[in-house]
Amino acid sequence: MRRLIKQREVVLDEWRYADEDPVGRERALILPFARWKAEREQWWLWDGRLGVRIGPTDPVAELKNDFTRVGLIAIEFGGMAEGRGYSQAALLRSRYKFTGELRAVGKIQRDQLFYLARCGFDTFELPEGSDLDVALTAFDDFSVAYQGAIDAAGVHVQRRAV
Amino acid sequence: MYQYDSIDQRLVDERVAQFRDQTNRFLAGTLSEDDFRSLRLRNGLYIQKHAPMLRISVPYGLLLSQQVRVLARIAREYDKGYGHFSTRQNIQYNWPKLETVPDILALLATVQMHGIQTSGNCVRNVTSDALAGIAADELEDPRPWCEYIRQWATLHPEFSYLPRKFKIAVTGSPQDRAASRVHDVGLHLVRNEQGEVGFEVLVGGGLGRAPMIGHVIREFLPKQDLLAYLEAILRVYNLEGRRDNIHKARIKILVKAITPEKFRALVEEEFAAARDTAPVFDAADFERIKEFFVPPAYKSLHDIDVQGGQTTEFRHWYRQNTRKHKVAGYRAVFLSLKSPKRPPGDITDTELDSVADLADQYSFGMVRSTHDQNLLFADVRQDELVALWKSLKEIDLATPNIGTLTDMICCPGGDFCALANARSIPLAEAINERFDDLDYLYDLGEIQLKMSGCMNGCGHHSVGHIGILGVDKNGEEWYQITLGGSTGGNDASLGQVIGPSVAHNDVAETIERIIDVFVEHRQEEERFLDTFRRIGVAPFKAKVYAPSHQAA
Repeated sequence: MRRLIKQREVVLDEWRYADEDPVGRERALILPFARWKAEREQWWLWDGRLGVRIGPTDPVAELKNDFTRVGLIAIEFGGMAEGRGYSQAALLRSRYKFTGELRAVGKIQRDQLFYLARCGFDTFELPEGSDLDVALTAFDDFSVAYQGAIDAAGVHVQRRAV
Repeated sequence: MYQYDSIDQRLVDERVAQFRDQTNRFLAGTLSEDDFRSLRLRNGLYIQKHAPMLRISVPYGLLLSQQVRVLARIAREYDKGYGHFSTRQNIQYNWPKLETVPDILALLATVQMHGIQTSGNCVRNVTSDALAGIAADELEDPRPWCEYIRQWATLHPEFSYLPRKFKIAVTGSPQDRAASRVHDVGLHLVRNEQGEVGFEVLVGGGLGRAPMIGHVIREFLPKQDLLAYLEAILRVYNLEGRRDNIHKARIKILVKAITPEKFRALVEEEFAAARDTAPVFDAADFERIKEFFVPPAYKSLHDIDVQGGQTTEFRHWYRQNTRKHKVAGYRAVFLSLKSPKRPPGDITDTELDSVADLADQYSFGMVRSTHDQNLLFADVRQDELVALWKSLKEIDLATPNIGTLTDMICCPGGDFCALANARSIPLAEAINERFDDLDYLYDLGEIQLKMSGCMNGCGHHSVGHIGILGVDKNGEEWYQITLGGSTGGNDASLGQVIGPSVAHNDVAETIERIIDVFVEHRQEEERFLDTFRRIGVAPFKAKVYAPSHQAA
């Protein structure tokens, strides 16, 4: 099973992506954004948990009425230079008040986790082979910050101190 | 000048520890070259032609003498004895060893300095007017705002992986001495009809490929909305800016593509939508910052006749290299880093040490780096100018050429930079040799010559009155000449190409021909730029490409 970092702990992933077989016993499925949009009505009544995976150009505002059904949003990072996900996460947390699991997935590495976490991500799916125990230390790279940030509950943290 | 508190210091110390760990992982092979690249750039470390290049941040150009001494020590112990001041008021070293960079950064941290965000696709050093706080025409001191922005931009979680680099300049005077109109964001302190002071906001200026002058997207922004508005601009840019092509990723390309009007609408919409969640103006914290910028303890003095009874040499220096100060009895003094044999902007370790000593003796222990790659003592007593001048002459920092043709802006070029198509330093030397008659230079008046070794435009060639751009033609160095660029005040403009590029050995001759045309057509004391604007490019073209030259 896939391992990932969730709220600063290494855990086994309960979720499956739609193109992964089989749907696990947990019945927790992550759909691509396009499929969610196309099949929204039929999935709404499904009895498992639902997540949506979005790419850098997908407008997060289109999910704002779905949070009662969608408990996880996975945001894709195509590479280290891909920075749209930071704004997508900030918008989901601060503007649209998404309180479910916000997952960063793709080509992310240890040294980005501090920034990602402060934008509201609480789950980190690093590329296969990454040393997750080493990555865990990244959250403590800095004990101070100049900006307010958004924690998972959408609460603004004070400036100049983490 | 701003002094770190324990939070500022802790952040910089933790940054050093983080980078030391990243460097160790890279050297141990557990961090790939690609992954390390993006991390080292965020600490100002490039890999260049001969060695790494390390760029140190000088926030809005302010330095204390003890910081200058540490810069001297770095030049001596970790480099080949010199550093280079850039057009964004930073200093860079061309020869540090990769494995020593964490030690250099640790040393810098002991004097509240760092290399954070001097490169990479993030918000870079905030620059300002070198005469901030002492200029008579200033509405308000921009430096507390620069510091306020600096803190907000440092390790910003949302805006540290932008499509491309992002440069902000802030000015408080109507005369723009910070090239703010060619920045990604230019902020001008202005007064509105109600008498309140706020910001005029420009977006989308820039040099390099496709140089552009910034567009005003907000005529008046209340001060307390500054960070909220900057966040709106950056969020729109972060989400909408192009990431598929590095040459089209700057905000200027986005602004142009969707039009400034549409961009303004998107920013205003985001600004309104984020009203409840955007950073709130922290008045107490701003006041805390502002208190660091109170004027130094000036003596109560009168203006005196400094030039009376002095030599012509001194009077030339006084006229060219000193500027009016808003406090009676004081002058601002430029230290020219453009002497004939010196690569523009370069300074040695011993010169840096001397500068630190002289700053302690004559200018409250403070030094400024300028956008034009010179240094400045902001607060010198008029009755001490002669003594200072004599000391500066001894260390070759009194060349009386500020604002003249030989006060060139120049990038390191092909001698050092891996990006450059052509060298720029030998050209600076050749031009210096050709225009070595000071009286002639003074007669020519204000001319800004700016030179870049490639399209990236670190030497700001596109806004030089005379611009020189190095281009590569089948492996040979050629140079494209532009005329009529300007960053000044409200008449910022981009230079016009005069014709086919010229060979390396013909550049100095070409500049002389251009100057000849200017002299021939000049009316009274007209500036070069004004003559050019009046007569256009044709007369220059005719003379530069006249047959005798092509044969030469």
